[in-house]
Amino acid sequence: MEHLPTIYGAAVLLPLASFFIILIFAQQLGKFAAWVATSAILVAGLLSFLALGTWLTHHWPAGVHHGGHEEHAAPVHGEAGARNQKSESGYFVALIQESVPPPAPGHETAAHGANEAGHGEHEAAEKPVKAGEYYTLGQFGPRPLRITISYYVDALTVLMFCMVTFIATCIHFYAIGYMHDELTEVKDKEVALSTGKFLERPGRYPRFFQYLSLFCFSMLGLVLSGNIAMVFVFWELVGICSYFLIGFYVERKSASTAANKAFIVNRVGDFGMIIGLMVIWSTLGTFSFGPVSWTDDAGMNHEDPGIFDIVRPAAANHQLIVPDGMVQADAKEPTGETRHGKPVMGSGVADIVRDHASSRAGLESADSEIAARTPDWRAQGYGYWLLVLAGLGIFCGCVGKSAQFPLHVWLPDAMEGPTPVSALVHSATMVAAGVYLVGRFFPVFTPEVLLVIATIGAITMLLGASIAFTAFDIKRVLAYSTVSQLGLMMLALGLGGWLAGLMHLVTHAFFKSMLFMCSGSVIHAVHSNDMRKMGGLYKKMPVTAITMLIGCLAIAGVSVPFIVGFSGYYSKDAILEQALSFWRANQTPQAGLFFVLALLGAAMTTTYMFRMWFMTFAGQPRDHHAYDHAHESPPVMYMPVVVLSVLAVSVAWNYQYIGYFAIAAAFFVGRALQQGWFKYIRPSHAEHEDVEHETAAHYPVAHHAQTGHVFPAHAHAPEATVLHGARPAPSESPLTWGWVALMLVCTVVGGFVLQKGIASRGIEGLSLAALLEQARPTGTLADATGAWTKWRWPNEHFAHEPANFSTIVVPATLLASASWVGGILLAGAFFWWRALNAEDVRRQFAPIYSLLSNKWWFDELYDAIFIQPTMVVSRVIAGIDKRWIDGFLDWLARSCVWFSRVWDMIADRTLVDGFVNLLAAWTYSLGVSLHAVQTGRIRQYVMFIVIGAFAIFFLISLFWSPTLAR
Amino acid sequence: MATKRNAIGVLLGIELVLNGANLNFVAFGSRFLRSDTIGLDGELMALFVIVLAAAEAAVALAIALNFYNNHTTIDVDHADELKG
Repeated sequence: MEHLPTIYGAAVLLPLASFFIILIFAQQLGKFAAWVATSAILVAGLLSFLALGTWLTHHWPAGVHHGGHEEHAAPVHGEAGARNQKSESGYFVALIQESVPPPAPGHETAAHGANEAGHGEHEAAEKPVKAGEYYTLGQFGPRPLRITISYYVDALTVLMFCMVTFIATCIHFYAIGYMHDELTEVKDKEVALSTGKFLERPGRYPRFFQYLSLFCFSMLGLVLSGNIAMVFVFWELVGICSYFLIGFYVERKSASTAANKAFIVNRVGDFGMIIGLMVIWSTLGTFSFGPVSWTDDAGMNHEDPGIFDIVRPAAANHQLIVPDGMVQADAKEPTGETRHGKPVMGSGVADIVRDHASSRAGLESADSEIAARTPDWRAQGYGYWLLVLAGLGIFCGCVGKSAQFPLHVWLPDAMEGPTPVSALVHSATMVAAGVYLVGRFFPVFTPEVLLVIATIGAITMLLGASIAFTAFDIKRVLAYSTVSQLGLMMLALGLGGWLAGLMHLVTHAFFKSMLFMCSGSVIHAVHSNDMRKMGGLYKKMPVTAITMLIGCLAIAGVSVPFIVGFSGYYSKDAILEQALSFWRANQTPQAGLFFVLALLGAAMTTTYMFRMWFMTFAGQPRDHHAYDHAHESPPVMYMPVVVLSVLAVSVAWNYQYIGYFAIAAAFFVGRALQQGWFKYIRPSHAEHEDVEHETAAHYPVAHHAQTGHVFPAHAHAPEATVLHGARPAPSESPLTWGWVALMLVCTVVGGFVLQKGIASRGIEGLSLAALLEQARPTGTLADATGAWTKWRWPNEHFAHEPANFSTIVVPATLLASASWVGGILLAGAFFWWRALNAEDVRRQFAPIYSLLSNKWWFDELYDAIFIQPTMVVSRVIAGIDKRWIDGFLDWLARSCVWFSRVWDMIADRTLVDGFVNLLAAWTYSLGVSLHAVQTGRIRQYVMFIVIGAFAIFFLISLFWSPTLAR
Repeated sequence: MATKRNAIGVLLGIELVLNGANLNFVAFGSRFLRSDTIGLDGELMALFVIVLAAAEAAVALAIALNFYNNHTTIDVDHADELKG
């Protein structure tokens, strides 16, 4: 465990090193810049998994008796009976059974009231965390404020590192193929010059990977951060990387504007975040998440608690209390009376300090009295608003970063960036940073803040889902889907579903990035983003179609209820269960609204995602020219997608059941190889030589893939169109019944054997949920009520208690299943079987359609509210600048010139010159007058000698009285 | 010396002055007016002055001669070309 900080530090710095290497050696590296970046992130990924292994050996997820786990809340043995319970959330139940003692009688009715541990009498155990500092940047002030580079490693960090590096590695490989155009001169068809031709510019291949590396460094640094100031630094760094990457095609006005929009909207959110940071610093005195040990000048060691320990101290059983700093900052005592006898409230702390200022003990006695009064003040409710404000401030930053309402407007425009950017930054990592921060800061949020988070999440979810219905750009659909899913994650977190929200973050990252990459492949093949030009692409791009189908199934949460499902099923159901238990805990329609909206959002998600899939891959091609040129992507692009699709299916599974999946997958892969599915995509070299010799290219698609050309050379086109019909299509049904039966039998038997083997080694507890459970903030496993709202936030395990199975889990799962079945059927009815007509619906609901296709007019609204007034103000001020300020300055300059002329006249010429000339005149006249002495007349000179001699004798006689010597 | 217009007259005056100075030297250098003398102070100074007078008379006469060669007169009032 001691090496974890080093491992993570290395993993964070490797992409930074790659950034600098590519930055400096871009010219020399050329194509190999991609390999530098990819190998850096690959090694970082390996380090992350190494760290995961290290973590697991020390902290195996609760519920399994594996060696070496100390931090474990009241392990209960002998609950094997409960573990055999077959339920869809089987591992959830297992988790709880292991971690909770049998409920005391009468405990089922959880007591109401604030801050009660709703789970029995055990103490909330500390979660396993490794926190510390790498380097102290500075230490200021008496308390002191320490700015450090520090780390905070818990199971969430471990998980995020693995996820981010894995997805980033896949995307780096994908980008090697996708950005191929940038290796040579690029003719950008979206930029028209004034001459009417298209812009031609040199390619920028290395720069792309340079930015990707910088982004990976920033994201990993954000995840590792141990204090909120460092988070903010990396927050801005990911923002600027997103700006670079979105504006990669910088000559396109749309791209550079979108980059500006993304960054500026983010900054608006960061404004709120800074307010939150200010509140935290001024009242808590620290930025750090974990405890900080430092030595002061006198050499004494101090250990200051971190933010989480301050707001949820062990003394209060890790329940959220208003910290001392906030209470004291806000406390008010009556200090006097107005004329009418009403008390005047002034600061309580200042009162006490004033009272003690005159006493002999002075400050210490003031401190002790303040500390004694603080619980009183806390009970009166002082300082609560500061805690709420801190939480809202931090959430404001997350609103900007995670594209929540009302700052969601940047994410769809961010699709101007290349698809790898959309896949990495705007679906899996950067936008997830906001959700991650909400999850990380969860212990600090009061229920009021959680309510705000849930509301905004719900609004965002519906907003994004509704607009996605009308989008025709395939990337826009996915962008709005991302907005919607992020809203769902925030909704989950806001309802107290910490694990559900973060689990959805992880599963969403996998399937959304994969969906984006598939859409990139489609765009590459069809040379257009517009889904109205697609259709019927399943035959041309089978791998992409199937992986995208897997992604759509995952996002819809398709499952065999209670038994097994795609990864989205587990996370979405967890969210729905938490929403339903929130409703049950607060029996009001408003509380139930969240559940209903979440369900509605799930149904809408399924519908528009399958609309997208059907429009793109099913049915008849809408644009035959595009269809003819379409081809599968090269392996470097589809392999990462395939890998991610495997994870999109199975990342949330209990890893002992992976054996089943592995065997089934092996069957499919074998079949595909045998059937030659991949032959059309990557031919062997023998075939390629045939292609060279035969004038009629048998596999023009493969030829292109082999040579790496994405745009088929038009010389091939005539033969290609002829032979596309002649090329043997994949056999009608490669999966015979015999084969299917064999596969099922092998899967069941072999999977069972593998599972037993895995389980017998004692690793049956490992799953995504179990790992996240380890990272759950201490104290959040209790029901919580706010001071200002009367609602109760049930703890997350409440939904999974066996007693609530039939009231919460079953309805949630069944309703969710109904939603995805209904969604797929509806989408199919419109876009596959064409039983319903989308055009009719559009005409009938024209106002709604107009609202949705104009994105609820948010851009226009913001333009009217913020931009136009700003422009007006700026024009006014520019006018003032030009007329008044410039006028003043011009006047100033003119007066200066006038003054200098006058001064020249007065001072220079008259005074200075006059004086000098006067002296000269005097000298001259003196000379002239002395002139007169020299008459040249000798007799006068002799006279002067005589007079002079007399004068000398006279003077000497005055001063020297001679004595006659004797 | 101061009143004569004739250059020779001025020279005569100079000689008189110098001789008068000689007499003063001898007189004040005698043992009647100074106690610590070597007895010949005045006469020594007078000797120097005589020599100087002789030299100076020669030079002055040469100047007067040259002046007459150029101006055909030895009226010192006409020797005012050094004015200015």
